[in-house]
Amino acid sequence: MKTVIGNVRPLGGEAVDIEISDGVITQIAKANSLQADIDGKGLIALPGLVDLHTHLREPGREDSETVATGTLAAARGGFTAVHAMANTTPVADTAGVVEQIYRLGQEAGNCDVFPVGAVTQGLNGTALSELGAMADSAARVRVFSDDGKCVHDPVLMRRALEYVKAFDGCIAQHAQEPKLTEDAQMNEGEVSSVLGLRGWPKVAEEAIIARDVLLAEHVGARLHVCHLSTAGSVEIIRWAKSRGISVTAEVTPHHLLLTDETARSYNPVYKVNPPLRTMDDVTALRAALADGTIDIVATDHAPHPSEDKECEWSAAAFGMVGLETALPIINTTMVKTGLIKWSDVARVMSQKPAEIGRVETHGNEIAVGKPANIVLFDPETKVVVDRDDTASKSNNNPFHAMELLGRTALTMLRGKTTYKAEWI
Amino acid sequence: MKHLLSAADLNLDQAIEILDTAAELARIADRPVKKLPTLRGRTVVNLFFEDSTRTRTSFEAAAKRLSADVINFSAKGSSVSKGESLKDTALTLEAMGADAVVIRHHASGAPHLLANSDWIASSVVNAGDGTHEHPTQALLDAFTLRKHLKNGQGSLDGVKIVIVGDVLHSRVARSNVLLLKTLGAHVTLVAPPTLLPVGIESWPCEFSYDLDSALKGADAVMMLRVQRERMNAAFFPSAQEYSRRYGLDESRAKLLAPHGIVMHPGPMNRGLEIASKVADGNRSVIVEQVSNGVSVRMAVLYLMLGGNDGVAE
Repeated sequence: MKTVIGNVRPLGGEAVDIEISDGVITQIAKANSLQADIDGKGLIALPGLVDLHTHLREPGREDSETVATGTLAAARGGFTAVHAMANTTPVADTAGVVEQIYRLGQEAGNCDVFPVGAVTQGLNGTALSELGAMADSAARVRVFSDDGKCVHDPVLMRRALEYVKAFDGCIAQHAQEPKLTEDAQMNEGEVSSVLGLRGWPKVAEEAIIARDVLLAEHVGARLHVCHLSTAGSVEIIRWAKSRGISVTAEVTPHHLLLTDETARSYNPVYKVNPPLRTMDDVTALRAALADGTIDIVATDHAPHPSEDKECEWSAAAFGMVGLETALPIINTTMVKTGLIKWSDVARVMSQKPAEIGRVETHGNEIAVGKPANIVLFDPETKVVVDRDDTASKSNNNPFHAMELLGRTALTMLRGKTTYKAEWI
Repeated sequence: MKHLLSAADLNLDQAIEILDTAAELARIADRPVKKLPTLRGRTVVNLFFEDSTRTRTSFEAAAKRLSADVINFSAKGSSVSKGESLKDTALTLEAMGADAVVIRHHASGAPHLLANSDWIASSVVNAGDGTHEHPTQALLDAFTLRKHLKNGQGSLDGVKIVIVGDVLHSRVARSNVLLLKTLGAHVTLVAPPTLLPVGIESWPCEFSYDLDSALKGADAVMMLRVQRERMNAAFFPSAQEYSRRYGLDESRAKLLAPHGIVMHPGPMNRGLEIASKVADGNRSVIVEQVSNGVSVRMAVLYLMLGGNDGVAE
């Protein structure tokens, strides 16, 4: 069966018609030269987005999200692949659990789910999980992370980095020195001093990143740093890359947009780990994403049921949803501001995350012969975010009532439409 | 004034109005019948998630002297200790028809949450939240300062006040810095660097690590309670060292201006942050702070619940 997307602009460039047959792009022709099934006028086409950092909560916390609902939210956000973090119950630290999550993703069919394996058993930070078994499983795990917790033992971190070299894996570190952040609630600085909330100092992130890039250099391994949040972290990554260290880094949409000033409301919807920082950090993160120091955008989509957010700040859970707002935020903060182009968006939200995750079937360019993983995006329409207009089971959305620029029109996974907006 | 969540909620006129009202209300404490009918039929709930007999009884006395009905709702012995959420507690209080909720909570921001939620329509008074604020303590301190240093009138313009101790964890210090600034006083915080928050440079006050130089010529010193468990977290090496460097003994108290007064929000660690001889000495106004607390809290409840039309119907 053939499908033609007519008059659409790949990467915001010149308009073309794209023909898709059996899940593969079979022809790219002059605009309006083919009989269009989908009118792409005014829309841009990007390769399907790939998220390296998603919490799908299943198994264990199906009250907040399931693989089916989380991947539907992903499709609505333009994602065709997500990497599901390992902090589920049970923890994704065995071949059995990662295969289950992988299979649930395939069954749901909304986007491909690539499980992330836990570095340590039960995320306990003391003993390595069977990393090789997860790598060899049907889920083909290549990214390993204790995300939510830091692999803080330097010997264990060294071993993990070394060990996964055998199957071209990488360790995605949640950089948080635990002793410096005991009971930490928000960025340590002016705002925390006034609010009386325990501070999460920037040095607790930067010290671990500095240690880890040196470890990665020493053992010649591949390190990925999750959710950079500070200007200092950017400097360390920049230095490490200049040394030729094999390190990649991600930034979340919320760290590109929000600051710790939001905590003045004491509304836990703004409570996240690592915490929102200052405007200076936001500016540095945007610049680093633009100049390539930061490789990718990852959502850290972290759904929570309302009872875990409708409570005192210190009692509330860390995290915020983000799959459905990621692309509009990047459009608003990075593209419209002239910091990056759509080709860069394709790089930081599709190509590079797929490359880091060693996923060959995603992150490809929109070209004949490539899998038809495509998102169509209307970059010009202003949308006021409504936290209840979501496919996620949770609505802990810090962007609620904010005006963002752009909306997903259609998402296609191997030629199959996984999301289609009502207005298209 | 719908709520009192932070000392920053008060501008100069409002702060002086509370202090003036408290001064008027203090006079009825000298009468044989210490009661006004102002808040008859109104319900004030003392919602205490943290033990504080002093503050709770102070608010209770204040509400009762204004003839309000008082419900004491403490975390111990109620469903709160069984894990009931603040939301459900608030909905319960709303159903009971509370006009004002006086909340003491171990979590910073809990009063804000209560006031800004749609769970409850009543006024909210912050009676101390975590390491954030304790605005009525700051008001009673200002009342005491004004009485001794400004003849009980006007602002605290030009008054030099030193606040000493665990500023990092102190809600009293935060509220005092904000309110005293509003009232025109000059505040210096003194503590070991470990007990001053990162970001203190942005506060509207001075800070110092040297108690002796800060005390010279000051009009008042306010000693904060130091919890001994801070020692275990390496905020300072030992009680003895803390006492030596930051404790108020007789010789240090003499550095104050001749009229200088000594304050403490209580409860005191005698021998740690303050020597008994100073706590009980003639500069000390510590006991008086307690009685001023009732007057100030009466003023807050009065202005919040019945102040606009003088006497509530």
